[in-house]
Amino acid sequence: MAELLGFPPQVLFGQLLLGLINGAFYAILSLGLALIFGLLNIINFAHGAQYMMGAFFAYLLLNILGIGYWPALILAPLLVGVTGIIIERLFLSRLYKLDHLYGLLLTFGLALILEGVFRHLYGVSGLPYAQPAALQGGQNLGFMYLPNYRAWVVVASVAVCLGTWLLIEKTKLGAYLRAATENPTLVQAFGINVPVMITLTYGFGVALAGFAGVLAAPIYSVNPLMGSNLIIIVFAVVVIGGMGSIMGAVLTGFGLGIIEGLTKVFYPEASSTVIFVIMAIVLLIKPAGLFGKAH
Amino acid sequence: MNFRAFLGMATALSLVTGAAQALELTDGKVKIGVLTDLSGTYSDLSGRGSVEAARMAVEDFGGQIGGMPIEVVSADHQNKADISSSIARKWYDAEQVDAIFDLVTSSVGLAVQEVGRESKKIVVNNAAGSTALTGKNCSPYGVHYTYDTYALAVGTGSAVVQQGGDSWFFVTADYAFGHDLENTTSTVVKQAGGEVKGAVRHPFPNSDFSSFLLQAQASGAKVIGLANAGSDTINAIKQAREFGIVQGGQSLAGLLLFISDIHSLGLDTAQGLLLTTGFYWDRTDESREWAQRFAQRMGGTMPTMAHAGVYSSVMHYLKAIEAAGTDNSDKVMEQMRATPINDFFAENGVIREDGRMVHDMYLAQVKTPEESQGPWDYYNILRTIPGEEAYRPLSEECPLVKKAS
Repeated sequence: MAELLGFPPQVLFGQLLLGLINGAFYAILSLGLALIFGLLNIINFAHGAQYMMGAFFAYLLLNILGIGYWPALILAPLLVGVTGIIIERLFLSRLYKLDHLYGLLLTFGLALILEGVFRHLYGVSGLPYAQPAALQGGQNLGFMYLPNYRAWVVVASVAVCLGTWLLIEKTKLGAYLRAATENPTLVQAFGINVPVMITLTYGFGVALAGFAGVLAAPIYSVNPLMGSNLIIIVFAVVVIGGMGSIMGAVLTGFGLGIIEGLTKVFYPEASSTVIFVIMAIVLLIKPAGLFGKAH
Repeated sequence: MNFRAFLGMATALSLVTGAAQALELTDGKVKIGVLTDLSGTYSDLSGRGSVEAARMAVEDFGGQIGGMPIEVVSADHQNKADISSSIARKWYDAEQVDAIFDLVTSSVGLAVQEVGRESKKIVVNNAAGSTALTGKNCSPYGVHYTYDTYALAVGTGSAVVQQGGDSWFFVTADYAFGHDLENTTSTVVKQAGGEVKGAVRHPFPNSDFSSFLLQAQASGAKVIGLANAGSDTINAIKQAREFGIVQGGQSLAGLLLFISDIHSLGLDTAQGLLLTTGFYWDRTDESREWAQRFAQRMGGTMPTMAHAGVYSSVMHYLKAIEAAGTDNSDKVMEQMRATPINDFFAENGVIREDGRMVHDMYLAQVKTPEESQGPWDYYNILRTIPGEEAYRPLSEECPLVKKAS
């Protein structure tokens, strides 16, 4: 059998596909982060904890109210969004005039508290969450066995990313949002309620994190630490893509997922660091990120 | 003062000095430190349960030795060697801690064992697995109590090869413990006539195993050995099911599985797994009785072998202080080595000169959901592995052994 770079091609194809799946998570999470940073100028360090909350809400909806995966896919992100709106109104709205650092510290503190609470209540081993019956099983693609659920993850996240992009780039609401990012005072002068828009944007951004959490629940065990393992990587993705760039966040998310996947074949020990190496290189060459605009 | 009162006082005084002569404690109390993972990947298999187990041992001992109190302190080492050794140093040097227990994560266990050697204070490793603790890093003040990677490899590795699993691929956590477990298991597999087709090292901790599992699948090995622990193992097993690895005819061998891992996986996913353990709560009347008391204090959670090991070793340590009449580390260690351990955890357990506590291990298979009678009824014990077989023979790799022979 022909080999590519010393590996049989089916191994490489399989790893590319897996990278794409992991990239799907990076994309949704970094999309939310980029959205929040774009409008609020807040570096939302609680994003990982909100992703974890999405998974936990799905678990609790199932085990307390008997609500299954499909409704939870909508309900859990909504709930996470509501908690986000409360956080924005209570705390974040007081920080906009201050340096970025204060928002970062506040959200980092919130993340630690949220993780601590869930860890205290549920331990760290993780709770089981079954795949929905319709997505069990998988397809044999010849070069690998692709679980149906993983294919669904890619489809769902591409749809959500595309939908968000269309919303922001092609609708009137999106135009307001973009305008408010550039010049909030002027937009307010046109009679648009900018503070409400900011609140809803934060709610939407963290709801995206919650959505990723529900998608992740059947794959990884529902675990209080699941977000903290991921959030640092997602931050690197946003920095590489360019802070605040929506399309940049999505494309970089998928791209880095693939690069990470390939690293797991060629030099697995480096798979947890490769993204940071890329980040360092990108920052040296293009400090605003691949898709960012230099100010 | 009349003569009677004088006599009474003299008697009382002599009693007090007599007691003090019988027991010499450097600072008027015994202080036990439980240094563990209170917040990370390993906090369910050790963590708060280990602290609680140590407290139970102190309470069951009576809370005091010769009128002097026994205290338990605990701290979170976050699975980091540097944090653990600075806490250990502070405990030994400034806070009069006499002995440190638990020490989950091998890099932590090894680091604290070195601090204990320098400070001449006792270190009991319960939840760390590396055989280096009783090999080249052995210490006159170190005890490795509950299990080690050799025992796991001998138990699970040889059982799997005997069942026909004669070609292996390892998915290994990239740190001291994982490497050690992979190496010892490879040796056991090869000795039993099996073949090792390869290994992949994953970062610790890690959540997505699909890539590593696919490499394992492509290797064509009959058995995928998981040389990792805690939530790494849980995620790897879950994802192996997802990718149809088990349905494809390959089987999984979880080389270190705690009962907390099985509880998290659920029997549907975990059924049929073979594992080696130093303790199972539902084995004897004594173990059931102790485990029920533990579960009452822990909100219904049954103890892992790490928890049981902490209780048993703290009890053994306190008894040794009482028998030796001092908390001097050398004398207490001598006493601990001289006394066999007989309790719900170990039968005729012996601490060797290299620090290894040799006791029987158990080869278990996870029950099917139909077999299980209820929560925490998870294991069928297939075989008792006698201590001499389960643990590595005394090796001259440990300098203490060389001196003795």
